[in-house]
Amino acid sequence: MKQWIAFWSIVRKDMQAYYLKPPNISWGLIFPVAWTGMFFIKSGSGLESILTLLPGVIAISILFGTTSMLAVTVTFEKNNRSFERLLLAPISLELLMLAKTGGAILFGVVNAFVPIIFALFLTDLSQVVWITVLPAIVLIAISSTFLGLLIAVSVNEVFEAQTFSNFFRFPMIFLCGLFFPITSIPTLLRPLSYLFPLTYGVDILHGAIHGKNIMSLPLNFAIIAGFCIILFYVSIRNIHRKWIL
Amino acid sequence: MVAQISKTMPTHENNPLIEVSELTKRFDDVIAVDGIGFTVGKGELFGFLGPNGAGKTTTINILTGLARPDSGAIRISGLDISRNPKAAQHLIGIVPDESNLYPELTGFDNLCFCASLYGVQKSEGIVRAKELLEQFDLKEAAHRKFAGYSKGMKRKLTIAAGIIHHPEILFLDEPTTGIDVASARQIRHLIAELQRAGTTVFLTTHYIEEAERLCERIAFLVKGQIVRVDSVANLLQPIQERKAMLISFLNGGSDLCDKLAVTFPDYEFQTISFEQVRVESADIINIGPLIRFIEEQGTQVTEARRLKPSLEEVFVRITGIELNSVGREKEKAKGS
Ligand SMILES: Nc1ncnc2c1ncn2[C@@H]1O[C@H](COP(=O)(O)OP(=O)(O)OP(=O)(O)O)[C@@H](O)[C@H]1O
Ligand SMILES: [Mg+2]
Repeated sequence: MKQWIAFWSIVRKDMQAYYLKPPNISWGLIFPVAWTGMFFIKSGSGLESILTLLPGVIAISILFGTTSMLAVTVTFEKNNRSFERLLLAPISLELLMLAKTGGAILFGVVNAFVPIIFALFLTDLSQVVWITVLPAIVLIAISSTFLGLLIAVSVNEVFEAQTFSNFFRFPMIFLCGLFFPITSIPTLLRPLSYLFPLTYGVDILHGAIHGKNIMSLPLNFAIIAGFCIILFYVSIRNIHRKWIL
Repeated sequence: MVAQISKTMPTHENNPLIEVSELTKRFDDVIAVDGIGFTVGKGELFGFLGPNGAGKTTTINILTGLARPDSGAIRISGLDISRNPKAAQHLIGIVPDESNLYPELTGFDNLCFCASLYGVQKSEGIVRAKELLEQFDLKEAAHRKFAGYSKGMKRKLTIAAGIIHHPEILFLDEPTTGIDVASARQIRHLIAELQRAGTTVFLTTHYIEEAERLCERIAFLVKGQIVRVDSVANLLQPIQERKAMLISFLNGGSDLCDKLAVTFPDYEFQTISFEQVRVESADIINIGPLIRFIEEQGTQVTEARRLKPSLEEVFVRITGIELNSVGREKEKAKGS
């Protein structure tokens, strides 16, 4: 019970202090809007292609929204030592890190709806299987956040966290089948695609939005969930090893 | 004398809240804490006194779960901390050496947040936050961001944040460093009050006077080792009757102390620095011959002053180290 008071308080404080700040809101909104606009305009080939672009745009919005937040909520607090307060609080490290990432996950989910709302005005979304899209969005948000967490707990400076996460994010745009299927990626690079959880999440979205998934949906769900668990526990282990001296 | 000893022979010794033995921590090639052991009784105000780098913060970090010991046993309230550092965190309040609250939040929000970390209900947290802000003269600044606080205000808020959940044990890491005399006095007053109310306090400081004024028992920590741990009365006892002087001169060279010792076998000498020697004796110190002798060595004596029996004396006697900061603290106190 007491741990949950701490949990919600941490989530609320992060929202108040970081997420709901104008720069982050605008970053969180403008970024997805810009991606959406860019791809929808670029496609130019008629509005039905919006459906094939939508999964990629959703994924990008989540990926950038979540990963950039962790640099603030974790790396920044680690540097000004306020993070020590959390490590000293009588709350398990697992619950603590869920609280620290909870806000970012929520932020990612909200971001995902920016392109969806745009698409709603531009095309007919009646064939979309929402019951599949929603859990996929949540899982993409969780796995991206935990990837950001892993980066945040592996570096020492905020700028390192940002540089390092770009090192992952940009290749992921091309390797994870966001805008063209991974089957069209050069064979040599293709094994890399399978290393990113986003690949599986996007495949679910492709299936649920326009029916063109490569792997089976249950397999995709299982793998991305597996990634979430592994990323989380590796992050926790890193905190134990590096931050509790 | 008897009364004094019985007052300070803590009854809480039989009822230890913190028990540490053989605690060791090394960082690469530095041994930060070197096999220390001590106990702190329930309700006691225990001081850890030592120069910079002695291992005070490291010890606190280990006891509170922010660092892992390499070896040794720690029990807090009977709970084994060396195995599970989280086990006793609900009993503990910490005021770290650096004021590390959230710069983005106001003073009030910071306190409420810290209370909630320990499971204090929101409504209760608000009440306590208001009380503490009042008590620490921070009411006016309550709704300003922590980032904009002055150093002393930050320190006070950090202390308030450490006690808002009413911890059984409070760890204070140099609580009065870097703040003005009035605020320091206020904080010492508060620490004494907390102890009277039953809180066990573990205090680190390099201000000897602070330790002497506040603590019941003190451990002298030097280079990661406890050189002495005892009640203040017991520590002071052997020097009560002894006479001591501090003689200052212009650079006297490294062997002056030895020469003095040969010439004046009745006195004990200790080199404090190239410019200072400490003289001690069971009887009256005859200063004239001493000064003449030093000046014959080609050095000019600039000051000779009698040292009152104080903990500072004891510390120097036991460790051979003069804590420079003590002088500064005294200057500041005089200035007020
Ligand atoms: N994280 C660390 N990595 C390497 N060495 C460390 C670390 N923390 C402490 N040390 C070393 O351990 C020793 C004890 O440091 P500690 O901070 O405990 O001293 P202290 O008594 O608190 O000093 P101060 O009065 O300056 O606060 C020092 O030599 C310090 O350099
Ligand atoms: Mg210290």
